[in-house]
Amino acid sequence: MERYSGFGLVRHALSHHEQWQRMWRNPTPKRHYDVIIVGGGGHGLATAWYLAREHGVTNVAVIEKGWLGGGNTARNTTIVRSNYLFDESARLYEHALKLWEGLSQDINYNVMFSQRGVLNVAHTMQDVRDTRRRVNANRLNGIDSDYLDADGVKHLVPAMDCLENARYPVLGASFQPRAGVARHDAVAWGYARAADSRGVDLLQNTEVTGFLIENGEVKGVETTSGEIRAGRVGVVTAGNSSTMARMAGFNLPVESHPLQALVSEPLKPVIDTVIMSNQVHGYISQSDKGDLVIGAGVDGYVGYGQRGSYPIIEHVIQAIVEMFPSLSRVRMNRQWGGVVDTTPDASPIISTTPVKGLFFNCGWGTGGFKATPGSGHIFAWTLAKGRPHPIAEPYSMQRFHTGALVDEHGAAAVAH
Amino acid sequence: MFYIRCPYTNEYHSEEEFKPCGQAQIRRADSPVSTSDEQWGDYLFFRDNIRGVHHEMWLHLPTRRYFNVTRHTVTNEILETWRMGEEPRYQSDGRGGVIDTRADNDSEEVA
Repeated sequence: MERYSGFGLVRHALSHHEQWQRMWRNPTPKRHYDVIIVGGGGHGLATAWYLAREHGVTNVAVIEKGWLGGGNTARNTTIVRSNYLFDESARLYEHALKLWEGLSQDINYNVMFSQRGVLNVAHTMQDVRDTRRRVNANRLNGIDSDYLDADGVKHLVPAMDCLENARYPVLGASFQPRAGVARHDAVAWGYARAADSRGVDLLQNTEVTGFLIENGEVKGVETTSGEIRAGRVGVVTAGNSSTMARMAGFNLPVESHPLQALVSEPLKPVIDTVIMSNQVHGYISQSDKGDLVIGAGVDGYVGYGQRGSYPIIEHVIQAIVEMFPSLSRVRMNRQWGGVVDTTPDASPIISTTPVKGLFFNCGWGTGGFKATPGSGHIFAWTLAKGRPHPIAEPYSMQRFHTGALVDEHGAAAVAH
Repeated sequence: MFYIRCPYTNEYHSEEEFKPCGQAQIRRADSPVSTSDEQWGDYLFFRDNIRGVHHEMWLHLPTRRYFNVTRHTVTNEILETWRMGEEPRYQSDGRGGVIDTRADNDSEEVA
Protein backbone atom coordinates (compact mmCIF):
# COMPACT_ATOMS: atom_id res chain seq x y z
CA MET A 1 0.00 0.00 0.00
CA GLU A 2 1.26 3.44 -0.86
CA ARG A 3 1.83 5.47 2.29
CA TYR A 4 -0.04 8.79 2.37
CA SER A 5 1.93 11.79 3.64
CA GLY A 6 2.55 15.46 3.03
CA PHE A 7 5.68 14.64 1.02
CA GLY A 8 3.67 12.21 -1.06
CA LEU A 9 1.22 14.97 -1.89
CA VAL A 10 4.07 17.16 -3.13
CA ARG A 11 5.60 14.28 -5.10
CA HIS A 12 2.27 13.49 -6.77
CA ALA A 13 1.82 17.17 -7.56
CA LEU A 14 4.94 16.93 -9.72
CA SER A 15 3.27 14.24 -11.81
CA HIS A 16 0.01 16.23 -11.98
CA HIS A 17 -1.72 13.80 -9.60
CA GLU A 18 -1.96 11.20 -12.36
CA GLN A 19 0.00 8.46 -10.56
CA TRP A 20 -2.21 7.79 -7.53
CA GLN A 21 -2.80 4.09 -6.90
CA ARG A 22 -6.24 2.56 -6.55
CA MET A 23 -7.21 2.49 -2.89
CA TRP A 24 -8.21 -1.19 -2.92
CA ARG A 25 -8.36 -4.16 -5.23
CA ASN A 26 -11.48 -5.58 -6.82
CA PRO A 27 -10.77 -9.29 -6.18
CA THR A 28 -12.50 -12.42 -7.43
CA PRO A 29 -14.05 -14.28 -4.51
CA LYS A 30 -12.11 -17.26 -3.17
CA ARG A 31 -13.99 -20.46 -2.38
CA HIS A 32 -13.11 -20.38 1.29
CA TYR A 33 -12.28 -17.74 3.89
CA ASP A 34 -11.50 -18.03 7.58
CA VAL A 35 -13.99 -15.25 8.32
CA ILE A 36 -16.71 -13.67 6.21
CA ILE A 37 -18.12 -10.30 7.21
CA VAL A 38 -21.50 -9.49 5.70
CA GLY A 39 -21.93 -5.76 5.24
CA GLY A 40 -19.31 -3.33 3.93
CA GLY A 41 -20.15 -0.27 5.98
CA GLY A 42 -17.93 1.39 8.55
CA HIS A 43 -18.52 -1.27 11.21
CA GLY A 44 -17.90 -4.19 8.86
CA LEU A 45 -14.76 -2.69 7.34
CA ALA A 46 -13.43 -1.76 10.78
CA THR A 47 -14.03 -5.35 11.88
CA ALA A 48 -11.99 -6.60 8.92
CA TRP A 49 -9.14 -4.22 9.66
CA TYR A 50 -8.89 -5.11 13.34
CA LEU A 51 -9.16 -8.83 12.51
CA ALA A 52 -6.14 -8.42 10.26
CA ARG A 53 -4.11 -6.12 12.50
CA GLU A 54 -4.91 -7.30 16.02
CA HIS A 55 -5.50 -10.99 15.42
CA GLY A 56 -3.50 -11.75 12.29
CA VAL A 57 -6.59 -13.14 10.55
CA THR A 58 -6.17 -11.96 6.97
CA ASN A 59 -8.06 -14.62 5.04
CA VAL A 60 -11.16 -12.48 5.36
CA ALA A 61 -13.86 -11.33 2.95
CA VAL A 62 -16.19 -8.38 3.40
CA ILE A 63 -19.31 -8.97 1.30
CA GLU A 64 -21.31 -5.90 0.35
CA LYS A 65 -24.43 -5.87 -1.82
CA GLY A 66 -23.88 -2.30 -2.98
CA TRP A 67 -20.77 -0.19 -2.68
CA LEU A 68 -18.56 0.29 0.38
CA GLY A 69 -19.90 2.70 2.98
CA GLY A 70 -23.04 3.47 0.96
CA GLY A 71 -25.59 2.84 3.70
CA ASN A 72 -25.83 4.50 7.08
CA THR A 73 -22.09 5.24 7.08
CA ALA A 74 -22.77 7.75 4.31
CA ARG A 75 -26.02 9.04 5.80
CA ASN A 76 -25.33 9.96 9.42
CA THR A 77 -24.58 13.33 10.97
CA THR A 78 -21.00 12.28 11.86
CA ILE A 79 -21.21 13.00 15.59
CA VAL A 80 -18.77 11.16 17.87
CA ARG A 81 -19.15 11.21 21.66
CA SER A 82 -19.06 8.84 24.62
CA ASN A 83 -21.06 10.60 27.36
CA TYR A 84 -23.50 7.75 27.97
CA LEU A 85 -25.15 7.16 31.31
CA PHE A 86 -24.71 3.48 32.07
CA ASP A 87 -21.40 1.77 32.83
CA GLU A 88 -21.81 -0.77 30.02
CA SER A 89 -22.39 1.97 27.45
CA ALA A 90 -19.66 4.20 28.86
CA ARG A 91 -17.13 1.37 28.47
CA LEU A 92 -18.27 0.66 24.92
CA TYR A 93 -18.38 4.21 23.58
CA GLU A 94 -15.29 5.40 25.44
CA HIS A 95 -13.41 2.43 24.01
CA ALA A 96 -14.47 3.71 20.59
CA LEU A 97 -13.59 7.33 21.35
CA LYS A 98 -10.06 6.35 22.40
CA LEU A 99 -9.62 4.52 19.10
CA TRP A 100 -10.98 7.56 17.24
CA GLU A 101 -8.23 9.68 18.76
CA GLY A 102 -5.49 7.69 17.04
CA LEU A 103 -7.42 6.49 14.03
CA SER A 104 -6.00 8.68 11.27
CA GLN A 105 -2.47 7.55 12.21
CA ASP A 106 -3.51 3.90 12.65
CA ILE A 107 -4.95 3.51 9.18
CA ASN A 108 -2.81 6.20 7.49
CA TYR A 109 -5.93 7.96 6.26
CA ASN A 110 -7.15 11.34 7.39
CA VAL A 111 -10.60 10.78 8.84
CA MET A 112 -10.72 14.47 9.81
CA PHE A 113 -11.64 13.66 13.39
CA SER A 114 -12.31 17.05 14.91
CA GLN A 115 -12.71 17.17 18.69
CA ARG A 116 -14.82 20.31 18.73
CA GLY A 117 -16.95 19.17 21.64
CA VAL A 118 -20.61 18.16 21.90
CA LEU A 119 -23.30 19.97 23.88
CA ASN A 120 -26.41 18.13 25.02
CA VAL A 121 -28.87 20.88 25.88
CA ALA A 122 -31.33 20.75 28.78
CA HIS A 123 -34.62 22.60 28.26
CA THR A 124 -36.58 21.60 31.36
CA MET A 125 -35.84 21.14 35.05
CA GLN A 126 -36.07 17.38 34.60
CA ASP A 127 -33.55 17.67 31.75
CA VAL A 128 -31.26 19.56 34.10
CA ARG A 129 -31.48 16.87 36.78
CA ASP A 130 -30.91 14.08 34.23
CA THR A 131 -28.02 15.95 32.67
CA ARG A 132 -26.31 16.53 36.02
CA ARG A 133 -26.71 12.88 36.89
CA ARG A 134 -25.24 11.84 33.56
CA VAL A 135 -22.30 14.25 33.89
CA ASN A 136 -21.53 12.75 37.29
CA ALA A 137 -21.84 9.21 35.95
CA ASN A 138 -19.51 10.10 33.05
CA ARG A 139 -16.88 11.46 35.43
CA LEU A 140 -17.05 8.36 37.60
CA ASN A 141 -16.33 6.38 34.43
CA GLY A 142 -13.34 8.55 33.57
CA ILE A 143 -15.09 10.32 30.71
CA ASP A 144 -14.56 14.07 30.31
CA SER A 145 -17.89 15.76 30.91
CA ASP A 146 -18.91 19.15 32.25
CA TYR A 147 -22.17 20.73 33.24
CA LEU A 148 -22.69 24.21 31.80
CA ASP A 149 -25.37 26.65 32.91
CA ALA A 150 -27.21 28.89 30.44
CA ASP A 151 -24.44 31.51 30.52
CA GLY A 152 -21.87 28.86 29.75
CA VAL A 153 -23.90 27.69 26.77
CA LYS A 154 -24.37 31.25 25.56
CA HIS A 155 -20.63 31.83 25.80
CA LEU A 156 -19.86 28.70 23.80
CA VAL A 157 -22.63 29.11 21.21
CA PRO A 158 -23.41 32.80 20.71
CA ALA A 159 -25.86 32.06 17.89
CA MET A 160 -28.16 30.14 20.18
CA ASP A 161 -31.27 31.78 21.62
CA CYS A 162 -30.59 31.57 25.35
CA LEU A 163 -33.17 34.15 26.42
CA GLU A 164 -35.57 33.19 29.16
CA ASN A 165 -38.63 33.63 26.96
CA ALA A 166 -37.31 31.36 24.19
CA ARG A 167 -39.69 28.72 22.89
CA TYR A 168 -37.21 26.09 24.10
CA PRO A 169 -35.43 27.83 26.97
CA VAL A 170 -31.83 26.76 27.52
CA LEU A 171 -31.38 25.93 31.20
CA GLY A 172 -28.03 24.23 30.88
CA ALA A 173 -26.14 21.57 28.98
CA SER A 174 -23.63 18.80 29.30
CA PHE A 175 -20.40 19.39 27.41
CA GLN A 176 -17.91 16.76 26.36
CA PRO A 177 -14.80 18.51 25.00
CA ARG A 178 -13.22 15.34 23.53
CA ALA A 179 -16.31 14.61 21.48
CA GLY A 180 -16.74 15.98 17.99
CA VAL A 181 -17.26 15.00 14.40
CA ALA A 182 -15.40 12.95 11.77
CA ARG A 183 -15.54 12.68 8.01
CA HIS A 184 -17.92 9.74 7.63
CA ASP A 185 -16.96 8.58 4.11
CA ALA A 186 -13.27 8.80 4.95
CA VAL A 187 -13.84 6.37 7.81
CA ALA A 188 -15.24 3.72 5.47
CA TRP A 189 -12.63 4.37 2.79
CA GLY A 190 -9.75 4.49 5.24
CA TYR A 191 -10.70 1.20 6.88
CA ALA A 192 -11.32 -0.38 3.47
CA ARG A 193 -7.94 0.68 2.16
CA ALA A 194 -6.13 -0.42 5.33
CA ALA A 195 -7.90 -3.80 5.44
CA ASP A 196 -7.27 -4.40 1.73
CA SER A 197 -3.56 -3.72 2.25
CA ARG A 198 -3.46 -6.62 4.73
CA GLY A 199 -5.03 -8.97 2.22
CA VAL A 200 -8.73 -8.68 3.09
CA ASP A 201 -10.95 -9.22 0.03
CA LEU A 202 -13.61 -6.52 -0.36
CA LEU A 203 -16.38 -8.02 -2.50
CA GLN A 204 -18.70 -5.28 -3.69
CA ASN A 205 -21.92 -5.73 -5.68
CA THR A 206 -22.24 -9.16 -4.10
CA GLU A 207 -25.43 -9.84 -2.20
CA VAL A 208 -25.75 -12.54 0.42
CA THR A 209 -28.89 -14.52 -0.38
CA GLY A 210 -28.64 -17.23 2.29
CA PHE A 211 -26.49 -18.99 4.83
CA LEU A 212 -24.98 -22.46 4.52
CA ILE A 213 -25.91 -24.10 7.80
CA GLU A 214 -25.04 -27.72 8.58
CA ASN A 215 -25.97 -29.33 11.92
CA GLY A 216 -26.65 -25.94 13.49
CA GLU A 217 -23.26 -24.59 12.47
CA VAL A 218 -22.63 -21.96 9.81
CA LYS A 219 -20.39 -23.15 6.94
CA GLY A 220 -20.53 -20.11 4.68
CA VAL A 221 -22.89 -17.96 2.67
CA GLU A 222 -24.75 -18.14 -0.61
CA THR A 223 -24.25 -15.04 -2.69
CA THR A 224 -25.15 -13.66 -6.09
CA SER A 225 -21.59 -14.68 -7.07
CA GLY A 226 -22.04 -18.25 -5.86
CA GLU A 227 -21.29 -20.16 -2.69
CA ILE A 228 -18.50 -18.92 -0.44
CA ARG A 229 -17.50 -21.05 2.53
CA ALA A 230 -16.08 -19.81 5.80
CA GLY A 231 -15.25 -20.90 9.31
CA ARG A 232 -17.04 -18.00 10.96
CA VAL A 233 -19.49 -15.41 9.68
CA GLY A 234 -20.12 -11.96 11.18
CA VAL A 235 -23.20 -10.05 10.09
CA VAL A 236 -23.03 -6.25 10.29
CA THR A 237 -25.95 -5.16 8.14
CA ALA A 238 -27.70 -2.49 10.25
CA GLY A 239 -31.23 -1.92 8.91
CA ASN A 240 -31.32 -5.23 7.06
CA SER A 241 -30.27 -7.34 10.07
CA SER A 242 -33.75 -8.80 10.59
CA THR A 243 -33.80 -10.02 7.00
CA MET A 244 -30.39 -11.64 7.46
CA ALA A 245 -31.45 -13.24 10.75
CA ARG A 246 -34.56 -14.67 9.12
CA MET A 247 -32.33 -16.30 6.46
CA ALA A 248 -30.43 -17.96 9.31
CA GLY A 249 -33.68 -19.09 10.91
CA PHE A 250 -34.16 -16.85 13.94
CA ASN A 251 -35.75 -13.55 14.89
CA LEU A 252 -34.16 -10.38 16.27
CA PRO A 253 -35.53 -7.81 18.75
CA VAL A 254 -34.94 -5.12 16.14
CA GLU A 255 -37.16 -2.77 14.19
CA SER A 256 -35.92 -0.85 11.16
CA HIS A 257 -37.00 2.77 11.00
CA PRO A 258 -36.27 5.61 8.61
CA LEU A 259 -34.00 8.30 10.08
CA GLN A 260 -33.46 11.55 8.23
CA ALA A 261 -30.85 14.25 8.03
CA LEU A 262 -30.35 17.36 5.93
CA VAL A 263 -27.72 19.94 5.09
CA SER A 264 -28.00 23.62 4.29
CA GLU A 265 -26.20 25.74 1.75
CA PRO A 266 -22.61 26.51 2.85
CA LEU A 267 -22.32 29.41 5.30
CA LYS A 268 -19.45 31.24 6.93
CA PRO A 269 -18.50 29.72 10.31
CA VAL A 270 -21.33 30.16 12.79
CA ILE A 271 -21.32 27.00 14.92
CA ASP A 272 -17.93 25.60 15.98
CA THR A 273 -19.23 22.80 18.17
CA VAL A 274 -22.06 20.26 18.04
CA ILE A 275 -25.43 20.99 19.66
CA MET A 276 -27.85 18.19 20.40
CA SER A 277 -31.27 18.59 21.91
CA ASN A 278 -33.07 15.56 23.20
CA GLN A 279 -36.32 17.40 23.90
CA VAL A 280 -36.85 18.69 20.39
CA HIS A 281 -35.23 15.77 18.52
CA GLY A 282 -32.75 17.87 16.67
CA TYR A 283 -29.00 18.20 16.44
CA ILE A 284 -26.84 20.56 14.48
CA SER A 285 -23.20 21.10 13.59
CA GLN A 286 -21.34 22.85 10.80
CA SER A 287 -19.14 20.93 8.41
CA ASP A 288 -15.72 22.15 7.34
CA LYS A 289 -17.33 23.03 4.00
CA GLY A 290 -19.73 25.35 5.84
CA ASP A 291 -22.96 23.36 5.47
CA LEU A 292 -25.12 23.13 8.55
CA VAL A 293 -25.63 19.42 9.18
CA ILE A 294 -28.97 18.77 10.86
CA GLY A 295 -30.24 15.45 12.16
CA ALA A 296 -33.88 14.64 12.83
CA GLY A 297 -35.74 11.92 14.69
CA VAL A 298 -36.97 8.57 13.41
CA ASP A 299 -40.32 7.85 11.84
CA GLY A 300 -42.48 5.73 14.11
CA TYR A 301 -43.20 3.04 11.53
CA VAL A 302 -41.06 0.28 10.04
CA GLY A 303 -39.47 1.46 6.81
CA TYR A 304 -36.76 0.11 4.52
CA GLY A 305 -37.06 2.71 1.76
CA GLN A 306 -34.16 4.97 2.86
CA ARG A 307 -36.47 7.96 2.98
CA GLY A 308 -38.74 9.37 5.67
CA SER A 309 -41.79 11.55 6.16
CA TYR A 310 -41.99 15.29 5.64
CA PRO A 311 -43.58 16.05 9.04
CA ILE A 312 -40.34 14.89 10.70
CA ILE A 313 -38.32 17.36 8.62
CA GLU A 314 -40.76 20.14 9.38
CA HIS A 315 -40.59 19.35 13.09
CA VAL A 316 -36.79 19.40 13.29
CA ILE A 317 -36.50 22.58 11.23
CA GLN A 318 -39.05 24.32 13.45
CA ALA A 319 -37.02 23.36 16.51
CA ILE A 320 -33.69 24.41 15.00
CA VAL A 321 -35.10 27.79 13.95
CA GLU A 322 -36.52 28.34 17.44
CA MET A 323 -33.11 27.60 18.95
CA PHE A 324 -31.16 29.53 16.28
CA PRO A 325 -33.44 32.34 15.08
CA SER A 326 -30.63 33.76 12.92
CA LEU A 327 -30.78 30.64 10.73
CA SER A 328 -34.42 31.17 9.73
CA ARG A 329 -33.57 32.25 6.17
CA VAL A 330 -30.92 29.63 5.49
CA ARG A 331 -31.88 27.40 2.59
CA MET A 332 -31.61 23.65 2.85
CA ASN A 333 -29.67 21.97 0.08
CA ARG A 334 -30.22 18.25 0.49
CA GLN A 335 -32.25 15.87 2.58
CA TRP A 336 -31.99 12.07 2.83
CA GLY A 337 -32.86 9.07 4.93
CA GLY A 338 -31.23 5.89 6.15
CA VAL A 339 -32.63 2.72 7.68
CA VAL A 340 -31.66 2.37 11.33
CA ASP A 341 -31.98 -0.84 13.31
CA THR A 342 -33.48 0.15 16.64
CA THR A 343 -33.66 -2.15 19.67
CA PRO A 344 -36.18 -1.89 22.51
CA ASP A 345 -33.52 -0.57 24.94
CA ALA A 346 -31.66 1.56 22.38
CA SER A 347 -28.44 -0.38 22.95
CA PRO A 348 -26.69 -2.46 20.30
CA ILE A 349 -26.55 -6.23 19.92
CA ILE A 350 -23.07 -7.75 19.66
CA SER A 351 -23.85 -11.36 20.08
CA THR A 352 -23.54 -15.03 19.41
CA THR A 353 -26.65 -16.48 17.78
CA PRO A 354 -28.54 -19.78 17.85
CA VAL A 355 -26.35 -20.79 14.86
CA LYS A 356 -22.83 -21.83 15.85
CA GLY A 357 -20.10 -19.72 14.26
CA LEU A 358 -22.55 -17.02 13.21
CA PHE A 359 -22.27 -13.67 15.02
CA PHE A 360 -24.38 -10.54 14.76
CA ASN A 361 -23.36 -6.94 15.34
CA CYS A 362 -26.44 -4.78 14.91
CA GLY A 363 -29.04 -2.72 16.73
CA TRP A 364 -26.92 0.43 16.78
CA GLY A 365 -30.05 2.35 15.91
CA THR A 366 -29.69 6.08 15.62
CA GLY A 367 -26.15 6.26 16.99
CA GLY A 368 -23.83 3.74 15.38
CA PHE A 369 -21.35 6.00 13.61
CA LYS A 370 -19.65 7.17 16.81
CA ALA A 371 -18.95 3.58 17.76
CA THR A 372 -17.42 2.50 14.43
CA PRO A 373 -13.83 1.84 15.61
CA GLY A 374 -14.91 0.36 18.95
CA SER A 375 -17.57 -1.80 17.37
CA GLY A 376 -15.12 -3.13 14.79
CA HIS A 377 -12.41 -3.70 17.40
CA ILE A 378 -14.71 -5.62 19.74
CA PHE A 379 -16.42 -7.57 16.99
CA ALA A 380 -13.06 -8.58 15.50
CA TRP A 381 -12.02 -9.96 18.91
CA THR A 382 -15.36 -11.77 19.12
CA LEU A 383 -14.94 -13.32 15.66
CA ALA A 384 -11.30 -14.25 16.27
CA LYS A 385 -11.91 -15.94 19.63
CA GLY A 386 -15.40 -17.26 18.97
CA ARG A 387 -16.82 -15.73 22.14
CA PRO A 388 -18.01 -12.21 23.05
CA HIS A 389 -15.38 -9.60 23.98
CA PRO A 390 -15.75 -8.60 27.67
CA ILE A 391 -17.11 -5.19 26.66
CA ALA A 392 -19.65 -6.92 24.39
CA GLU A 393 -20.89 -9.36 27.03
CA PRO A 394 -23.80 -7.16 28.26
CA TYR A 395 -24.88 -6.71 24.63
CA SER A 396 -25.89 -10.30 23.99
CA MET A 397 -29.31 -10.75 22.38
CA GLN A 398 -30.04 -13.04 25.33
CA ARG A 399 -30.71 -9.92 27.39
CA PHE A 400 -34.15 -9.63 25.81
CA HIS A 401 -35.03 -12.95 27.40
CA THR A 402 -33.24 -12.53 30.72
CA GLY A 403 -34.41 -8.94 31.17
CA ALA A 404 -30.90 -7.57 31.77
CA LEU A 405 -31.44 -4.64 29.42
CA VAL A 406 -28.95 -1.81 28.97
CA ASP A 407 -31.76 0.68 28.98
CA GLU A 408 -30.19 3.76 27.46
CA HIS A 409 -33.49 4.73 25.89
CA GLY A 410 -33.91 8.36 26.80
CA ALA A 411 -31.14 8.12 29.39
CA ALA A 412 -28.12 9.07 27.36
CA ALA A 413 -29.04 12.42 25.87
CA VAL A 414 -29.90 10.66 22.67
CA ALA A 415 -32.71 11.91 20.50
CA HIS A 416 -34.28 8.55 19.69
CA MET B 1 -46.48 11.74 3.36
CA PHE B 2 -48.95 8.90 3.85
CA TYR B 3 -52.58 9.40 2.99
CA ILE B 4 -54.41 6.85 5.10
CA ARG B 5 -58.01 5.68 4.89
CA CYS B 6 -59.65 5.10 8.26
CA PRO B 7 -61.64 1.86 7.86
CA TYR B 8 -64.32 3.06 10.29
CA THR B 9 -65.20 6.37 8.66
CA ASN B 10 -63.88 5.59 5.16
CA GLU B 11 -62.27 9.00 5.11
CA TYR B 12 -58.74 9.71 3.98
CA HIS B 13 -56.50 11.80 6.23
CA SER B 14 -52.85 12.79 6.19
CA GLU B 15 -50.26 10.86 8.18
CA GLU B 16 -50.04 13.53 10.86
CA GLU B 17 -53.52 12.62 12.14
CA PHE B 18 -52.31 9.11 12.89
CA LYS B 19 -49.81 7.41 15.14
CA PRO B 20 -48.06 4.19 14.17
CA CYS B 21 -48.32 1.60 16.96
CA GLY B 22 -46.08 -1.19 15.71
CA GLN B 23 -46.72 -4.67 14.40
CA ALA B 24 -50.38 -5.76 14.17
CA GLN B 25 -52.05 -8.79 15.69
CA ILE B 26 -49.56 -9.39 18.48
CA ARG B 27 -51.25 -11.75 20.87
CA ARG B 28 -50.66 -10.84 24.47
CA ALA B 29 -48.71 -13.53 26.27
CA ASP B 30 -50.51 -15.35 29.04
CA SER B 31 -49.74 -14.42 32.62
CA PRO B 32 -46.04 -13.58 33.07
CA VAL B 33 -46.04 -16.05 35.94
CA SER B 34 -47.01 -19.05 33.85
CA THR B 35 -45.05 -17.93 30.76
CA SER B 36 -41.39 -18.82 30.27
CA ASP B 37 -38.82 -16.04 30.09
CA GLU B 38 -38.30 -16.95 26.46
CA GLN B 39 -41.99 -16.55 25.56
CA TRP B 40 -42.35 -13.36 27.60
CA GLY B 41 -39.27 -11.82 25.96
CA ASP B 42 -40.55 -12.82 22.53
CA TYR B 43 -43.89 -11.18 23.26
CA LEU B 44 -42.35 -7.96 24.60
CA PHE B 45 -39.41 -7.40 22.32
CA PHE B 46 -39.16 -9.59 19.22
CA ARG B 47 -40.83 -8.32 16.05
CA ASP B 48 -41.10 -9.56 12.46
CA ASN B 49 -39.67 -6.30 11.06
CA ILE B 50 -40.63 -7.36 7.54
CA ARG B 51 -38.90 -5.95 4.50
CA GLY B 52 -41.94 -6.10 2.25
CA VAL B 53 -45.63 -6.47 3.07
CA HIS B 54 -46.10 -5.55 6.71
CA HIS B 55 -49.19 -5.59 8.93
CA GLU B 56 -49.18 -2.84 11.49
CA MET B 57 -51.51 -1.12 13.91
CA TRP B 58 -52.22 2.60 13.66
CA LEU B 59 -54.23 4.96 15.85
CA HIS B 60 -56.42 7.71 14.43
CA LEU B 61 -55.74 10.42 16.99
CA PRO B 62 -58.88 12.61 16.69
CA THR B 63 -61.30 9.66 16.96
CA ARG B 64 -59.05 7.52 19.20
CA ARG B 65 -59.75 4.44 17.09
CA TYR B 66 -57.21 1.73 16.41
CA PHE B 67 -57.11 -0.07 13.09
CA ASN B 68 -54.64 -2.03 10.99
CA VAL B 69 -52.73 -1.15 7.86
CA THR B 70 -51.08 -3.43 5.31
CA ARG B 71 -48.15 -1.51 3.89
CA HIS B 72 -45.10 -2.35 1.82
CA THR B 73 -42.16 -1.19 3.92
CA VAL B 74 -39.89 -0.49 0.95
CA THR B 75 -42.26 1.29 -1.44
CA ASN B 76 -44.53 2.58 1.37
CA GLU B 77 -47.56 1.60 -0.75
CA ILE B 78 -50.59 1.10 1.49
CA LEU B 79 -52.40 -1.98 0.17
CA GLU B 80 -55.38 -1.87 2.55
CA THR B 81 -56.61 -0.72 5.92
CA TRP B 82 -58.75 -3.01 8.02
CA ARG B 83 -60.65 -2.90 11.28
CA MET B 84 -59.50 -4.51 14.49
CA GLY B 85 -60.65 -8.13 14.63
CA GLU B 86 -60.72 -8.52 10.85
CA GLU B 87 -58.18 -10.43 8.80
CA PRO B 88 -55.96 -8.79 6.18
CA ARG B 89 -56.44 -9.53 2.50
CA TYR B 90 -52.77 -9.16 1.58
CA GLN B 91 -49.97 -11.25 3.05
CA SER B 92 -46.21 -11.23 2.68
CA ASP B 93 -44.79 -14.09 0.62
CA GLY B 94 -41.61 -13.93 2.73
CA ARG B 95 -39.48 -12.74 -0.19
CA GLY B 96 -40.62 -9.12 -0.42
CA GLY B 97 -43.66 -9.92 -2.61
CA VAL B 98 -47.41 -9.85 -2.04
CA ILE B 99 -49.95 -12.66 -1.78
CA ASP B 100 -53.59 -11.68 -2.39
CA THR B 101 -55.53 -14.22 -0.33
CA ARG B 102 -58.86 -13.38 -1.93
CA ALA B 103 -57.50 -13.73 -5.46
CA ASP B 104 -56.43 -17.27 -4.53
CA ASN B 105 -59.90 -18.08 -3.19
CA ASP B 106 -61.55 -16.70 -6.32
CA SER B 107 -59.39 -18.78 -8.65
CA GLU B 108 -60.13 -21.88 -6.62
CA GLU B 109 -63.85 -21.20 -6.83
CA VAL B 110 -63.64 -20.78 -10.58
CA ALA B 111 -61.72 -24.02 -10.87
